[in-house]
Amino acid sequence: MQWETVIGLEVHSQLSTQTKIFSGASTAFGAAPNSQACQVDIALPGVLPVLNKGAVERAIKFGLAIGAKLNRTNIFDRKNYFYPDLPKGYQISQFTLPIVEAGELTVQVGEGGKAVEKTVRITRAHLEEDAGKSLHEDFHGEDGRPLSGIDLNRAGTPLLEIVSEPDMRSAKEAVAYAKALHTLVAWIGICDGNMQEGSFRVDANVSVRPMGQAEYGTRREIKNLNSFKFLEQAINYEARWQIEQIEDGHTIQQATVLFDPDSGETRVMRTKEDAHDYRYFPDPDLLPVKLDEDWIEQVRATLPELPQQKQARYRDDLGLSAYDANTLTSSRAMADYFESVVAGLMQPDAKLAANWIMGDLSATLNREGLDVAASRISARQLAGLLARIQDGTLSGKLAKQVFEAMWAGEGEADAIIEARGLKQVSDSGALSAIIDEVLAANAKSVEEFRSGKEKAFNALVGQVMKASKGRANPAQVNELLKRKLGAG
Amino acid sequence: MTDTIKSLSALLAAGKISSVELCQDTLGRIERLNPTLNAFITVAADKTLAEAAAADARRAAGSVGNPAGPLIGVPIAHKDIFCAEGWLTTCGSKMLSNFVSPYDAHVIEQFKAAGMPTLGKTNMDEFAMGSSNETSFYGPVKNPWDTTRVPGGSSGGSAAAVAARIAPAATGTDTGGSIRQPAALCGITGLKPTYGVVSRYGMIAFASSLDQAGPMARTAEDCALLLNVMAGFDARDSTSLEREKEDYTRDLSRPLAGLKIGLPREFFSEGLSGETARAVEQAIDALKKLGAQAVAVALPNSRLSVAAYYVLAPAEASSNLSRFDGVRYGYRTPEYGDLTEMYEKTRAEGFGPEVKRRIMIGAYVLSHGYYDAYYLQAQKLRRLIAQDFVEAFKQCDVILGPTAPTTAFKLNEKTADPVEMYLSDIYTIAVNLAGLPGLSLPCGFDAQGLPIGLQLIGDYFAEARMLNVAHQYQLASDWHTRAPTL
Repeated sequence: MQWETVIGLEVHSQLSTQTKIFSGASTAFGAAPNSQACQVDIALPGVLPVLNKGAVERAIKFGLAIGAKLNRTNIFDRKNYFYPDLPKGYQISQFTLPIVEAGELTVQVGEGGKAVEKTVRITRAHLEEDAGKSLHEDFHGEDGRPLSGIDLNRAGTPLLEIVSEPDMRSAKEAVAYAKALHTLVAWIGICDGNMQEGSFRVDANVSVRPMGQAEYGTRREIKNLNSFKFLEQAINYEARWQIEQIEDGHTIQQATVLFDPDSGETRVMRTKEDAHDYRYFPDPDLLPVKLDEDWIEQVRATLPELPQQKQARYRDDLGLSAYDANTLTSSRAMADYFESVVAGLMQPDAKLAANWIMGDLSATLNREGLDVAASRISARQLAGLLARIQDGTLSGKLAKQVFEAMWAGEGEADAIIEARGLKQVSDSGALSAIIDEVLAANAKSVEEFRSGKEKAFNALVGQVMKASKGRANPAQVNELLKRKLGAG
Repeated sequence: MTDTIKSLSALLAAGKISSVELCQDTLGRIERLNPTLNAFITVAADKTLAEAAAADARRAAGSVGNPAGPLIGVPIAHKDIFCAEGWLTTCGSKMLSNFVSPYDAHVIEQFKAAGMPTLGKTNMDEFAMGSSNETSFYGPVKNPWDTTRVPGGSSGGSAAAVAARIAPAATGTDTGGSIRQPAALCGITGLKPTYGVVSRYGMIAFASSLDQAGPMARTAEDCALLLNVMAGFDARDSTSLEREKEDYTRDLSRPLAGLKIGLPREFFSEGLSGETARAVEQAIDALKKLGAQAVAVALPNSRLSVAAYYVLAPAEASSNLSRFDGVRYGYRTPEYGDLTEMYEKTRAEGFGPEVKRRIMIGAYVLSHGYYDAYYLQAQKLRRLIAQDFVEAFKQCDVILGPTAPTTAFKLNEKTADPVEMYLSDIYTIAVNLAGLPGLSLPCGFDAQGLPIGLQLIGDYFAEARMLNVAHQYQLASDWHTRAPTL
């Protein structure tokens, strides 16, 4: 039987506010345990939450970026359950009336000519507070007995939970969507996207059904995937496992599972039977959040041009391929770099800039494990180099040498060209002399060419380039050589 | 020590007494009478006297650069629901029997800024859940008028302390009548302000959408002075209202000519004791003599207020009290095998029966499948009840009626029947559901010599007008000046 995998994602994106969503404590990562937990965060008797407007603004920004409906009145609810890392005994979240509803994100699945577009509907995005952390390992009491510790630094950190419809049909699609979302939240500046620090965590709801069946199968939720690689592995494993179960005559039980990267398997954390009744109700300590049009417009004004808008512009106005446009918008830093390079050229040539950024620059960045934002060659410097290609000072080959020197910190293109004597020889007198010498020394090739062997011409060009130590202007060499051989 | 804070303030200003002397005298009375009354959970004479000495120093330094008002040096007792830095803050519960607060509630900050020394922390029903002060982990408070009777609740310790003249004034909190009902049963004046007028920051939450702090004192004038200290916007409470600071004494001497008092027929029906009804009617006559007119108003949905309240308040409480889990502070069971057992035993041992009853009711009405039928339905009733008041205030300036259906009942009389106990708040609860201000003041005594309370209900932010009515009534009557013999 042919099976179809159905996937929906829930992404917890940590919002990049300086302070927590309901208190003034810092959200900075990595501080000593409980050093960033104020009396509100530890839920002393009598304390009350006060909503951080910065978190709301970031949610508005996200809603605008995915063309969603912003609920002009939205409400915070309490999700009640007991756990030591949940100080109040409830999490403040949005349940019935989230701030963002019904948006969508169009993503590119696959690469090059095989790439297809896929639109994933986003059901909702709501604001909530993170819980603290339980420390089970390496934690001991004074008598050496193993104990569990609680670190409440993370308690109250603002999260935007972004819930998709079950629109994805393969791990590849899910990864493409998760990556696009990851790019977007960093792009619009609402999340630092640091997956190691837990700033972007993905839960995947996975089910399978016979191809062509309309109803969904029973889903299992894979919790807390913190890398795209694990997301892909976990979904592939889970889908295979579910198909095997069904084919062996078992039924799938709704469950929450964890992915173990070491074994590459998922295992059950809890089943539907021990699911909580969270007893949601509106938090009486917080007023309904009202979004007025002025506020929304103020936020809209801070929204940068979005990846999709840029891609369209790169294709339609700059004439780049869809693949180039996608690659150059993989991050805002990349797009900014590209646009700065193009803007730095007297004669704008987007294709030339794209080729260099996606070619030599990306290769070098990858080799060094650097992000474009940390590139050792600035966009201005690269533009300086490209300008020398455009005006014929540098051949492609010389340009690569300049690029490497630039990366090594030898300065601007012109300075390197000067210092290394890399300037292309375009003086016809000098070139003519070199060519005459080459023709004299390669009578055999000249003969071959004259007898109709086109290949011999290339060999002569090569000899001229060699004699000029690569500095001869290739176009000029071609032209002069043809003239001298009487072929022009 | 029978003085109002108004007169104490004058004595202090005239230098006839110091705050230290006043506090020593009051602490002496507490020492003598508290063993009988059990009105205080915590008294710390050294702390009180240090604050008194500081107040005397501030007064001596003069008013230059000193924002404190006229009450500097006048001591006040605080309900043990307010977190006060360095003070044991128990909320009447074993659960917090070891909790010394590391911070001050907004209300405490305000009184400190006003230079008013803390006399101690008063007894209360556990987590403010009760109408008789019998649910306190620290034992019941006795009514100073008859120590075999309850003082009302939940602010019973504050009410008894003020009535017994062992505190010139006290703070209380009112979720369903917890200031007004004990004020009535103890023969003092107590005001629950409009929801949002006094910050809830640092006040241990019972039912967040209903809780409101207010003053309890001998007279309406004293309540006005105290509300001037307590009220004001606080950014740490999202439900605190951002309004201009008011002087609640501004209308005290306004004549009552033309005042329209609304009499809801629902407040004068079955269940009301004859003696209380007569005392309230006499008060109406007295107000008419002062120029007021009586008009009949209707509050048809008020009969549903107890039912709505006992869904909504427990729902919020069940969640508010989840933080008392033995993990970070407060009581933790000494013996447990695992986390679940630690939670279960801590909460089973730390909470008393009434608190557990309300947590269970609250968890039930919020649970899946019952939420719509109970919680949402009760929210609808709440809106209807509030709407009744909006209609009524189109016809009158204040609404008037009894505060409680009976005078103080015997200790243990109603403990076996929670519903009977809940009905002692039948006239006060609707006010909390609507978020309106309510005031109770003495209007007579029954045949057994027990005080009877008169309730005034005002429109939103009508505190100054209500205090005006109460003050004018107190100028024309002497019920509020009578003291129990102890």
